[in-house]
Order: sequence, then structure tokens, then C-alpha cells
Amino acid sequence: MTVSLGHFLTLGAILFTIGVIGIFLNKKNVIIILMSIELILLSVNLNFIAFSSYLNDISGQVFAMFTLTVAAAEAAIGLAILVSFFRNKASISVENINEMKG
Amino acid sequence: MTLYDLCFYFFSIVAVFSSLIVISAKNTVHSVLFLILSFINGSALFVLLGAEFLAMILIVVYVGAVAVLFLFVVMMLDINFVKIREGFLQYMPLGILLGVVLLTELILVLISKKMMSSGLVEYSSIPNFSQNENTKDLGEVLYTDYFLLFQLSGFILLIAMIGSITLTLRTRSGVKKQNIFDQVNLDSKNQIVKKKVPLNKGIE
Repeated sequence: MTVSLGHFLTLGAILFTIGVIGIFLNKKNVIIILMSIELILLSVNLNFIAFSSYLNDISGQVFAMFTLTVAAAEAAIGLAILVSFFRNKASISVENINEMKG
Repeated sequence: MTLYDLCFYFFSIVAVFSSLIVISAKNTVHSVLFLILSFINGSALFVLLGAEFLAMILIVVYVGAVAVLFLFVVMMLDINFVKIREGFLQYMPLGILLGVVLLTELILVLISKKMMSSGLVEYSSIPNFSQNENTKDLGEVLYTDYFLLFQLSGFILLIAMIGSITLTLRTRSGVKKQNIFDQVNLDSKNQIVKKKVPLNKGIE
């Protein structure tokens, strides 16, 4: 089968789904939840770049670059929150994050 | 089957399987390592799509910075990984159900009438690579049309840096540290005091 844009979009959809399932399965481990978010952002980037490449428009790659920036910032902040949370509670389970009783 | 197709299938299969291991590995260190593998495969797919600059950025930023950051945090936190896995099987049916629904929806969109009739999905010529280098193309747009957004993304990174430092910095009590500000601000007149010491009494 010749590779078309649909192949790349399907791959993006599969990776996105794996990321979403990862968030559901690992409710006790915030680190894996953060990694699943990274997977989701990777699949979004793949879609951006596939469209940019097949439509011959460079703007998609520019947006993928901004996504990369935001993802890096998000990972840094998320891990910083995780470290300070672990210092106070000695656990990284999502179920223990209930300080605000929400 | 050209070499291009073979490369696509190889990299995408490895990417899918390594990301499956990311979400299901028992040891979190293993999932970080497989996250790195899936990022490397993703960057290979970017190269196939003609986005070389972003592929290299993906390796530098993700494999070089983000994944190593994850690895540091996983190794620094003293976590009981067995306890953490307790809810895994409990949420498995719900997670897989939601996953199947989501994937079906996404693929239904792809094979919908509108997408198919646009001819975009089956558009299968190898991407039209520009004659210029990809980096030059990207730079020409990034520094002109998207200049404001580019600067804003720099600010986002700055704020992320300041935020993560202020979140993790803590001042411990009881640690003797040199405080240069206090040292410089001392008044020299109060530092040396002349006292007359009476014989056989001393001073307190």
C-alpha cells in the first residue's frame, strides 16, 4: 500500500488514543500521566506536519514548533509541581490531590 | 512497496508499540526509556514528511531535555512502584472502552464522505519537498509573519523557567550559609567595642 496522508493521520489517531488510554489506566502515577500528555502532543504534531507537508504549506511546521515549546514548558512546570507535591505528601497518586476538597 | 513505504511502516509500528509499553510498563524508568524510543521514531517520521528541522528539534528538546528531566524526577522520587500499579486492572475495561470509542470516531472522520471526496486522504505522492532547505523555509516565515508568536513562545519558556524554580526552591531553616548582603551592610562602628576589663572579673 502506498503511503498517503491518510496513513499519517491514522497513525496520529492511534498515538492520540494510546495517550488518552494511558491517562485512564495510570490514575496512581502522575509521571505516566505527564508522559501520556507528551504522547498526545507528539501525535498532534505529527498531524500538523503531515498536513503541512502534503498541502505544501510551511505554517503547519511553525505551529508544530510552538506546540513543542508549550509542551516543554508544560513538562517543566508539571514536574516541578510533582516534586513539590511529593515533598509534602510523600506520594504521587492523583487520588491524594484533594487539598481543595473539590 | 517503495523504500519510503517500508520506512513509514517500520517507524510507525515501532512508535505504536513503544508508546503502548510507555503506558503499560511496570517500571516507570522503562516507560521513560520507551518514551524516548517513540520520540526518536516520531522524529524519523518527521524526516519522512520533509520536516528535518523539527525532527532534529524533537530529538534535542524531547530526548535531550524533557525525557532526561523525566528520568531525573523518576529516579529522585522514592516511589513504591508496586503500590502504584494497584488501580491498573480496575480502570482497564473503562480505559479500553473509551479508547476504542475514540479511535473509531477519529477513523470515522477520516473515512467520512467529505474527507474522501476532497481527495486529500488518498493524496499519496511523496510530499513535495521544497528546493530550499527546510530550516531556511521555516526561518523565513517564523521571523516575519509569526514574529510576535515567536517572541511570545520565548516568554512562555521564561515564565516556565521562573515558575519551576520558584516551585521547587525552598529555604531550609538551621543551615549556616554565607549571606553576602548582610556582611556588606554591617556597620563598622558597631563591630569592635572597646571595654575596660576589671581585674579578676572579666566580662560576660
